[in-house]
Amino acid sequence: MASYTVAHGKAKCFYDHYERKADLQHQTHYCPGCGHGIVHKLIAGTIDALGIQDRTVLISPVGCSVFAYYYLDVGNIQVAHGRAPAVATAVKRSRPESIVISYQGDGDLAAIGTAEIVHAANRGENFTVIFINNAIYGMTGGQMAPTTLLGQKSTTTPFGRNVWNEGYPLKVCELLASLTGPVYIERVALGDNKQIMRAQRAVRRAIEIQTQGLGFSLVEILSPCPTIWKMNPVEAQHWVKEEMTKTFPLGVFRDRTKEAERRPAPAHAPPLAEIPRILGIANGASRRAAAAAPLNDAEPRDLRIKVAGFGGQGVLLLGQVLAEAGLDAGLEVSWLPSYGPEMRSGTSNCHVRLSARPIDSPLVSRPNVLLALNEPSLRKFLPTVEPGGWVFYNGTALAEDCHREDVQILVRPFTKMADELGETRAGNIVMLGALLESTGVLSEQHVNGALRRLVKSERWLEINRLALAAGREAARKGNGHEK
Amino acid sequence: MAKQLIKGNEAIVKGAILAGCRAFYGYPITPASEIAEAAAFYFPQAGGVFLQAESEVAAINMVYGAAAAGVRVMTGSSGPGISLMQEGISYLAGAELPCVVADIMRGGPGLGNIAPEQGDYHQVVKGGGHGNYRTLVLAPSSVQEMADLTHLAFELAEEYRNPVVVLADGYIGQMMEPVEFPAEAAAPHRLSWAVEGTAETRHNLITSILLEPDLLEAHVRALEAKYRRAEREAVRFESWRTEDAEIVLVGYGIVARVLKAVVEQARARGLAVGLLRPITLYPFPVAEVRRLCRRAAAFLVVEMSTGQLVEDVRLAVEGRRPVEFYSRTGGNVPSAEETLDFVQETADRHSQMAVPEGQLAYG
Amino acid sequence: MSGNPKPDRGLVKLDSDECKGCGLCVEACPPKVLHLADHLNPYGYHPAAYTGAGCTGCGICFYVCPEPGAITVFRLVEQKAEPKSEELMPAAA
Repeated sequence: MASYTVAHGKAKCFYDHYERKADLQHQTHYCPGCGHGIVHKLIAGTIDALGIQDRTVLISPVGCSVFAYYYLDVGNIQVAHGRAPAVATAVKRSRPESIVISYQGDGDLAAIGTAEIVHAANRGENFTVIFINNAIYGMTGGQMAPTTLLGQKSTTTPFGRNVWNEGYPLKVCELLASLTGPVYIERVALGDNKQIMRAQRAVRRAIEIQTQGLGFSLVEILSPCPTIWKMNPVEAQHWVKEEMTKTFPLGVFRDRTKEAERRPAPAHAPPLAEIPRILGIANGASRRAAAAAPLNDAEPRDLRIKVAGFGGQGVLLLGQVLAEAGLDAGLEVSWLPSYGPEMRSGTSNCHVRLSARPIDSPLVSRPNVLLALNEPSLRKFLPTVEPGGWVFYNGTALAEDCHREDVQILVRPFTKMADELGETRAGNIVMLGALLESTGVLSEQHVNGALRRLVKSERWLEINRLALAAGREAARKGNGHEK
Repeated sequence: MAKQLIKGNEAIVKGAILAGCRAFYGYPITPASEIAEAAAFYFPQAGGVFLQAESEVAAINMVYGAAAAGVRVMTGSSGPGISLMQEGISYLAGAELPCVVADIMRGGPGLGNIAPEQGDYHQVVKGGGHGNYRTLVLAPSSVQEMADLTHLAFELAEEYRNPVVVLADGYIGQMMEPVEFPAEAAAPHRLSWAVEGTAETRHNLITSILLEPDLLEAHVRALEAKYRRAEREAVRFESWRTEDAEIVLVGYGIVARVLKAVVEQARARGLAVGLLRPITLYPFPVAEVRRLCRRAAAFLVVEMSTGQLVEDVRLAVEGRRPVEFYSRTGGNVPSAEETLDFVQETADRHSQMAVPEGQLAYG
Repeated sequence: MSGNPKPDRGLVKLDSDECKGCGLCVEACPPKVLHLADHLNPYGYHPAAYTGAGCTGCGICFYVCPEPGAITVFRLVEQKAEPKSEELMPAAA
């Protein structure tokens, strides 16, 4: 006995009833003859065939298909206009086992989202893009798309698309095929049943490539929009076949499925207990302040230090050594840099505070220690130094107009002394030696500890050791107070 | 626990990973770039994702994707980049997705400069993007708070299913201070509403579109109710030496640090000055401002912008007391000295005023 | 349905409530056994309908139809094993 069995029917991954839709829950919201419904069926059929319904995440940005989640019973994420490839990138990277499909129209993908699609393709992101090209903006009522044909009328090209005004239709497949990243790019059409069957194979191929972990795949589908084109559905279908394909030739533009390497699986996450060590904050990785050995009793308990010089003189590092050593000494510390282009050239300065009490403002506007590595810095900040404060100046003599009686000024050619050690850039550490010697702040042990953390190379540690000694020696010569 | 001397921008990243954040999508910009740089270094080691996006527009939409997939995620930028992210932040709020955005403010408008400023207050605290939504905004004023408030930001983001912004200025991002981190890292956990590409989450939907007016209104009202709850439950502030303050300084970020020094110096002159430091800029500590009105003769708002925070203070004060304003912009930070001068001037001006409860203004 | 001694190779079922009368199936059907009905469905469309005989079960109408569930195409099978219940319908309706 013979009987009939279903050969072609509604895919299982469509909802039976479209309950997310406000009314008419048994039919789509698409116009009669619209290509979106056909493509939804191609995708749904593929999902059923590959058995990936549970794993699939559909990304639907702005356009008529923004409501794809009414119909497809898969994970659904609705997103902003044009940004689907960025969203898809992060969904896939967050959930590498998921199958991510970015469903985009021509305005979305080829106009506002051009940057996102180019970069996702270029990175070879392992998701699939279904790109619906109907040469018009459907949802917003018929404005020009980037893919509108030359001469085609739209509400914003009322006299037809003019190459001198709007340029040429954008050929997405050709453009993306010039990149190394994509694995599979094909343009198909919905112009007749043969073309639709070809589209079915392309959609399946593209999604299979993703399931194999090979990388980025995109299928551009030339699709009818009868309502906006002001054609009946059959005329619209013919127009896809006869007119659109002249501008947008069908075919495979890129296929490197054979040579593409499977995208490596993400590395396993380390055990949670390892995280503090990885961040360098586990016990032992960072240090406990040594039993508080605060500043030399004879010294002020609140050091407000300004370090200033040219970029490249080690201004910021010098400040950092002081702050690190202060932390080791059990003090409250702060370090605040002038940052930006002046780091790379021009002047540079930083504010350092070391205090036995909690630090209110990390800004040092009235320093009691000024480390001036050049004359402009001295001129700029000398007037701000608090009476009774210390000034260390990297030079041979003070200019006539740079004197102050109420502060202690030590003038030494620190950079030149570093030259004699064979390393000009150690001038900052020579100055540090002089500061330590003159003021008695911070112990040798804490400063050495700080240098060991901040300076990685053995050679530099040795240079710095010599530099510190030279600085101390220089400070011992003379009384440290010069006019 | 041990303390570590690190930059504010780096503290954000370490704080985030300790809070269970495992995804960072961003785009470099001074003075926030160290956030992306530290994230590039630490996130992959912690089993997370770091990706430098093609733009801030893409970055925030990647954040949207990771959040939709149920991963704790963040990004970091500065004013011009935050401007570009506003579209995405609106979508995140509309779709009720949690995420953390760090904004390390620089000078504006336009390209402005890269020096510290506080000109992003309006665009961050008042919503910034289109539609009826708010972001919760936390304002650290130390490197320790960069870590702590980032951690808190993730908790609030998930509790309220809403973007939370950590709003700091270039100096708080760039400066180094000792930070003490929690000894243990929080474990990433599953979120029942996320779309993970699994059978259990297949029926989940992330969306911000509601075409029917009644449905969208209901959604907007639900968001509003959420923000009202935050206003009741999430307000944080530091009220420092305000018990007897007749002039209450108000400031956040690096300015609040300067204002602490100003309070000390003013009190040394015998002026009864205190500091209100909002830690949540939204929700704003309205009740605390009103409480302080009972005692204070005047408020003095200090900002590195031409007057943004001051509007919220005036809204909270509702004309009960004068609200004075002192500002520097362009990358200039008000010094303690110049601010103290302004405090003195204000005190002199208001010393003639009637003082509540018959008390002497400045004894 | 028909007086043919041999049943048709295929059978097509059209859900007139889901159909929007676009006519793509009518245009595409190789044996030309579909047409748009004279009557209107509740939404004001002339729904596609089967003439009642001659379906080959090729499925082309299914693929060109934009509605997910408006068209179901059946194919005649010689029954060997137990029928798979709901997927089957008798050849002579």
